Amino acid sequence: MMRTKRRAFVAGLSATAVLTGNRVAFGQKKYDEGASDTEIKIGHTCPYSGPASAYGVIGKTIQAYWKSVNEAGGINGRKINFISLDDGYNPAKTVECIRQLVEQDKVLCTFNTLGTPTNTAIHKYMNQKKVPQLYVATGASKWGDPKHFPWTMGFQPDYHTEAVIYAKYILANIKDAKIGVLMQNDDYGKDYWEGMKEGLGKEVGRVVKHVTYEVTDPTVDSQIIQLKDSGANVFFNIATPKFAAQAMRKAGAIGWKPAQFLNNVSVSVASVMKPAGFDNVQGVITAAYLMDPTDKQWEGHPEMKMWKDWMTQHNPGASLSDASNVFAYAVSFLMQETLKRCGNDLTRANLMHQAASHHHLRVPLLLPGITVSTSATDYFPVQAVQLQRFKSETWELFGDVMHAESS
Amino acid sequence: MAASSRKWLLALVAAAFVVPLLQPLLPDAVSDYRLFLVSTMMIAAIAVLGLNLLTGFNGQISLGHSAFYAVGAYTAAILMDKLDCPYWLTLPAAAIVSFIVGYLFGLPALRLEGHYLALATFALALSVPQILKYKWLEDLTGGVQGIVLSKPEPPFGLPLSEDQWLFYYCLIVMLILYWAAANMLNSRSGRAMMAIRDYHIAADTMGIDTSLYKTVTFGISAAYTGIAGALSASAIAFVAPDSFSFFLSIKFLIGLVVGGVGSLVGSIVGGIFYVLVDNSAQALSTYVKSDLGLQFDLSAYTVFGILLILLMYLMPTGIVGGVTGVIRRLRRS
Amino acid sequence: MAQFLEQFASGLANGAIYACVALALVMIYVSTDHLNFAQGEMAMFSTYISWQLMNWGLSFWVAFAGAVVISFVMGVLIERVILRPLHHAPILSVVVVFIGLLAIFNSMAGAIWSYLIKEYPSPFPKSSFGIAGVIGPHQLGVVLVTLVVLGLLFGFFRFTPLGLAMRAAAQNPQMARLVGVRVDWMLALGWGLAAAVGAVAGIMVAHIVYLDPNMMGGILLYAFASALIGGIGNPAGAVVGGFIVGVLENMVAYTGNQIEKLTGVYIIGNGEKLTVALIIVIFVLTLKPAGLFGRVVVRRV
Repeated sequence: MMRTKRRAFVAGLSATAVLTGNRVAFGQKKYDEGASDTEIKIGHTCPYSGPASAYGVIGKTIQAYWKSVNEAGGINGRKINFISLDDGYNPAKTVECIRQLVEQDKVLCTFNTLGTPTNTAIHKYMNQKKVPQLYVATGASKWGDPKHFPWTMGFQPDYHTEAVIYAKYILANIKDAKIGVLMQNDDYGKDYWEGMKEGLGKEVGRVVKHVTYEVTDPTVDSQIIQLKDSGANVFFNIATPKFAAQAMRKAGAIGWKPAQFLNNVSVSVASVMKPAGFDNVQGVITAAYLMDPTDKQWEGHPEMKMWKDWMTQHNPGASLSDASNVFAYAVSFLMQETLKRCGNDLTRANLMHQAASHHHLRVPLLLPGITVSTSATDYFPVQAVQLQRFKSETWELFGDVMHAESS
Repeated sequence: MAASSRKWLLALVAAAFVVPLLQPLLPDAVSDYRLFLVSTMMIAAIAVLGLNLLTGFNGQISLGHSAFYAVGAYTAAILMDKLDCPYWLTLPAAAIVSFIVGYLFGLPALRLEGHYLALATFALALSVPQILKYKWLEDLTGGVQGIVLSKPEPPFGLPLSEDQWLFYYCLIVMLILYWAAANMLNSRSGRAMMAIRDYHIAADTMGIDTSLYKTVTFGISAAYTGIAGALSASAIAFVAPDSFSFFLSIKFLIGLVVGGVGSLVGSIVGGIFYVLVDNSAQALSTYVKSDLGLQFDLSAYTVFGILLILLMYLMPTGIVGGVTGVIRRLRRS
Repeated sequence: MAQFLEQFASGLANGAIYACVALALVMIYVSTDHLNFAQGEMAMFSTYISWQLMNWGLSFWVAFAGAVVISFVMGVLIERVILRPLHHAPILSVVVVFIGLLAIFNSMAGAIWSYLIKEYPSPFPKSSFGIAGVIGPHQLGVVLVTLVVLGLLFGFFRFTPLGLAMRAAAQNPQMARLVGVRVDWMLALGWGLAAAVGAVAGIMVAHIVYLDPNMMGGILLYAFASALIGGIGNPAGAVVGGFIVGVLENMVAYTGNQIEKLTGVYIIGNGEKLTVALIIVIFVLTLKPAGLFGRVVVRRV
């Protein structure tokens, strides 16, 4: 087991600390493909077209981030050459794009490639080629498996663990819970669903109804009617923003008033809670790890202010109410820190080593009290969440920050 | 004309066989990645060829070929994953299964024409990803998670890289299928197929069993596309329902029209285009944004749309039709 | 029983959405003989225009009228500028151009207005009418608007000289030309009207599914099925077809539920409802190949 580096760098929170970085001790220069004295090449894929194109904003904001890093002098004097390709959320296309990035463009690593099926398609390849597949943008639990896939690392708290937390909360706090589940019928939905079942354990019989929807469904009205009819008094909502909002609005419209649990994917106030109607979402509970830019409680927070300044200056035209932009900023910051710590040893092995050596690193825009820690056996950078409840027009945190250890 | 074009064809095939061997000499030009890219083009070409047999030569429109592609891919994947079947054996299996599915689907399709046939095939394209996720099939298909496979390894200890071998594998399959299609079209059955397309009622009165021909053509077309799907399962080494959305059918259709409806060479061109257009649209949009400094957010998808429209302006009958038209005009002048 | 009623009503409400978009599809088919794949994206774009107008401070109905007029002009322009040169191209080439338009509209909307979902207001009064719990006021409003549009179209094609000329131009361009119909302009007019109907559909739908660049993706599929089951050339058929598809789909899920409740075995559910509904539609089509309300065309040899 590797020991955490003691030379831990205390992350400054001011914008200057984010954008300049010449403080790491320099060792001997060592490079792998994709790194040189002047530049570091990073690859990325994400759906800019097709039905999943809403995620394209993440890619655009990451591009803006590296541009701003380069304008401020780069990392340890090296510019970031960030190559982002459109895979349309099609796994076959992802393989083609990633092979281009690795073999043709010869990137040092890939970063924040988006989607569960897409990352699954390149998982084996990246590990065979021994190219770091860092901080992937998906919450499946399989990305933290250093034993079998030492070159792949996730970022956000995994869906599975999140669902376990809801299940435990339901068992502890709701008497005679009868649970109804709405689930998007794909990989992401399935991960939550498995987590819920595991969290309930012997009490799994409490799920009285489990319904699914397809992303091509125009509405989920029919599913909500089925859930109401089942007599459920707890509603676990595993849906992406549009469908999550539809579901909560429909529940309100037909007079179904269960205790609601909403997955973290859809916590945005502007694009979920408000469209669903504030009347319909009072008391909804979710687990969060990032600040929501449309949530009033963060308005005066220095990190949020810094982010907003950065957005207006470097990413004009992008939406200040889209939580994806917060996500993109936070994960890029972590990547920048990781590269910074590599110093002059820009080999793939060292990059992975540094990625697995974070020690309570504060990444801006994570909820207060949440930090990033990794080790050679712990490939889950962000693992803590805090429950929050919706009240009037904003989320209200309650309880402690929970450090859920995934199996 | 015919003799010279055959000579060209042979030279092209010979070149295709030699090029991968030049890798030690020209490691950058003949990289593994490029070979892989060409392999995906050949796979797409086979799929488009299948669609062309049905639409181009038999006059039946299909928006459902992504379904046959999926059937082929899953047949191959399940055989390799559950039964440890060698990858080359999956091709005939995929062909047979896809043929049966296509043939059966062709039966109700007999009653439908034009837009209604388009709808029926379109329904097929939508249903197959759903069926793959069906609760009782999950153990077999891996459900939403899909199936992770291994890439085919070169046989007999040949000193080839995986991608070189994949290239030869796809090339050989494509040549065989192309040859078979050319022979079929040149036979009595082929002429019957085309007669049905052009003069359905006349063909009927002349004693051609139009129902049989139409359903069998559906089956053969599905088998071709299914083989392409099986090849892609080997090449990508992963199958998941997300890979076989309705948009895949649209892409085959674009490949078909852009290459040339009712032209065998057009299918190959269409397959190449199918892969190239994505990459070039991306390259163009980055070029416009970063080099020309356009402020507006011109996405690759917009460029893709513009490219399609422009191409249809310039060559409404597809690339092959357009190019031969130009050559003919040059000859005349 | 309560669930049955709720599912039925919700099916009707969804059906109204499909019917609305199907009307736009039929519109363009009747006047140009093409099935427009970009119809959904054009409707989505029109809806964004109305949203933008409202954002600039106009009232709902002014924005509504504005968007309909702008869409009409946009439709005419598309026909004159983009499709005009392709009048003699093979039909599949035109389909590819439609796909190109689809890609352009979709990505432009994303670039201009972002992919975030937006709330879209409902013009109908909140729950002053409507049967609480079963069908909401907006859903009833959509049904109403769909029927009004249908009535207008019916009257237009049946009784006005322009409408008759348009139908003639689509069905038999050569003969129409001989009797003095300006066929080219009729096609452009057809596109304009289809775009305008699409705008109405988009505006009605947006409140229910929220406004985003991909909002029409799923709906267009259903609208196609609706238009075809009703008989593609028949506006009334398309509307009925929409309701049939909407209700059928929910009934499949409902039946699946009941079976599971009775026997404890999962056979069909929400994942399969579209598949099963489509199978039924196709089965019907094989029995009545011209759609439920379509006229069988006798072909001359």
